[in-house]
Amino acid sequence: MSTRNIVATVMLTVLVVFFVLTALMLSFGTPIKTQMDDYIITHTQNETGTNSAVTTIVFDYRGFDTLGEATILFAAVSGVLMIFRRIKK
Amino acid sequence: MSQMSKIVRTLSNITFPFIMIFGLYVIAHGHLTPGGGFQGGAVAASGCVMLIVAYGSTWVFEKIKVSKLSAFESLGALGFIGVAFFGLIFGGYFFNNFLVKTGILFNVVPETGFTGSEFNTAGVLPLMNFAVGVKVIAGIFAIVLVMAYASSIKERKQ
Repeated sequence: MSTRNIVATVMLTVLVVFFVLTALMLSFGTPIKTQMDDYIITHTQNETGTNSAVTTIVFDYRGFDTLGEATILFAAVSGVLMIFRRIKK
Repeated sequence: MSQMSKIVRTLSNITFPFIMIFGLYVIAHGHLTPGGGFQGGAVAASGCVMLIVAYGSTWVFEKIKVSKLSAFESLGALGFIGVAFFGLIFGGYFFNNFLVKTGILFNVVPETGFTGSEFNTAGVLPLMNFAVGVKVIAGIFAIVLVMAYASSIKERKQ
């Protein structure tokens, strides 16, 4: 076993232990009640006229998230088409 | 990549309309059922990618111009941001749902509770779903088509 493999194993072990300990230190399942989901469940149909609360969150309450996703897709398409711009028939 | 056998081409011919119809259904009913613009666009784009697999990227590349796909992708993005800016103009703030109670289309407000799904609801959400769907279909199809064609050039030179 070379030195490089030993170093990699030690670093991976430290990383895994760090993440597992961090996850175990957090309390799971709290807070039990939040106000945000109750607000969305009770006000979705009256405020936005939508029966699907998930679509309402994605496109209305959290519209800037969707704008970011659209920007990411636009950047991906622009990058790929820019890399392969010289390819013709 | 050259085209595959006649069996594969016939099967893709048969299943292609159904995949496209299902994708467009998921986009159009995004405000009623699970799914939306991204998911339905991914379904419809996978139907288009099936054509690349069956017929070969060279055939599809000659039929469809990538610049047009890129233009449709940009149109989808502009439509999405345009609807958001119409909210700024008519409603007062960015991403305002200005069609929901006062507009001409999609203005029905369902009763609170368990109600039936009416299509004519939800304000600007169907428009945004449609814009995002066009964007995702054209974007994913353009990416896969260009990359498949580039790899097929390398195969032909060898």
